[in-house]
Amino acid sequence: MGTWWLCLVILVAFAAVLDATELTFELPDNAQQCFYEEVEKGQKCTLEFQVVTGGKYDVDVTLSDADDKNVLYKERRKQYDTFTFTPKEKQVYKFCFSNEFSTFAHKVVYFDFMVGDEDLLRGVGAHATALTQLETTCVSIHENIKEVIDYQTHHRLREFTGRVRAEHLSQRVQWWSAGVFIVILIVGIGQVIVLRSFFTEKRPTTGKI
Amino acid sequence: MARLFQTGIFLLLGISSTLGLYFHIGETERKCFIEEIPDETMVIGNYKTQLYDKNTNDFMPSSPHIGMHVEVKDPDNKVILSKVYSSEGRFTFTSHTPGEHSICLYSNSTKWAMFGANNKMRVHLDIEVGEHANDYKQIAEKDKLTELQLRVRQLLDQVEQVQKEQNYQRYREERFRQTSENTNQRVLWWSLGQTVILLVTGFWQMRHLKGFFEAKKLV
Repeated sequence: MGTWWLCLVILVAFAAVLDATELTFELPDNAQQCFYEEVEKGQKCTLEFQVVTGGKYDVDVTLSDADDKNVLYKERRKQYDTFTFTPKEKQVYKFCFSNEFSTFAHKVVYFDFMVGDEDLLRGVGAHATALTQLETTCVSIHENIKEVIDYQTHHRLREFTGRVRAEHLSQRVQWWSAGVFIVILIVGIGQVIVLRSFFTEKRPTTGKI
Repeated sequence: MARLFQTGIFLLLGISSTLGLYFHIGETERKCFIEEIPDETMVIGNYKTQLYDKNTNDFMPSSPHIGMHVEVKDPDNKVILSKVYSSEGRFTFTSHTPGEHSICLYSNSTKWAMFGANNKMRVHLDIEVGEHANDYKQIAEKDKLTELQLRVRQLLDQVEQVQKEQNYQRYREERFRQTSENTNQRVLWWSLGQTVILLVTGFWQMRHLKGFFEAKKLV
C-alpha cells in the first residue's frame, strides 16, 4: 500500500519537474525555424533567446500556440529578449525564429526554453516530508549557482559575438590590404603602358594614289 | 512486482519528461546544433523521431525503420562521432578540446515515401551538457549516498562546472587578445607596405617616363 502511495507522489512530483532545453543553431538566410513543446496547465514557461552571430544580430521571433491562433509574443528584429507566460490549459506551444528579411546573412541563434519552476534533484523523487534546514540551504545555494551558470552562458555568448567579429575583421584587413597592394602595382604599371601607347608612332598611313 | 512497476514508472516518466522540445525536419535536411563547451565535458543527447502518417494525418508514435545519423565535429572540424542510431536513442561524447562542437542530425533513409510519410519528420531532442548530464539517481545508488550527501554532490558538480567554464573563458579571452594583436600588426605592416609601394611606383613612373620622352626627343 505504501509503495502505491509513493508511486502516486512520485507521479505528481514529476509533473512539477523543471525541463529546460537550451540549443544553439544556425539559421540560414531567408529561412525560418520552428520549435514546439507541450506544456501542462499552470507551469510557468520562459523563453529566452539571443542572436550570437550574423548580420545586424537581429531576428524575428513569434511565440504562439500550435495552430497560430493565439499569438503571445511577436517581435521583429530583436537581438535579445526574454518572455515569461503561464498557460491556462495543457497545449502545444510553438516558437519560430525567422531570418526571412535577410538576403545573405545567416545567423546563429541561441535560445533557452524553461518549463516549470521547481527544480527537484534530477532523477530523485519529491520529498514526502518537509525539507530540513540543511536541505533548504542546499536548495538555495543550488539556485544561486544556477544563476551564476546562466550569467556565464550569456557572457560566453557575448564574448563569442565579439571574437567572431574580431576574427572577421582580421581576415578582411588581410585580404583587402593585399588586394589594394596589387591594385596599386597594376594601376601604376598600367598608367605607364597606356601613356606610352599615346606616344608610339602610328603606322605609316598609305597615301592616296 | 511492485518494485518492477516502480522502476517502470520511473523509466516512462524519465523518457517522457526529458524529451519535451521537438521540431520538424525534411527528408534530406540536415539540422546542426552548436555547443560551445570547455574540454573534458560530457555531452549527452537524447532524441526520438516520429514519422508523419498520411493515413491518420498525425505523427506515428514510433517509427522503427527510420534511422538517425548523428555526426559530431570538434572545433578543428574533425569528426569525433559519426554513427547511425535507431529512431529513438541517445548519443554521448566527451570533448577533448575546448571550443565549438557541432552536432548534426539527419535521417539516413531516403525511402520515407515508402512509409507513407510526406517529407516531414518530428524529432524530439534534448542535449545535456556537463553537470546537467549527471544522473543523480544512479550516483546515489552507486555510492550509497543519503539525500543530503546527494545534494552536496550536486553542488560540488555545479561548482566544478563553473570553474571549468571560467578556465575556458580565460582561454577564449587569450584567443581574442591574440586576434586583436594580429589585426593591429596587419594594419600596421600593410599600411606601411602600401605607402612604400605607392611612393616606389610613383618614382618609377616618373623616371621611366622621363627616359621615354628623352628617347623620343620630346623633352
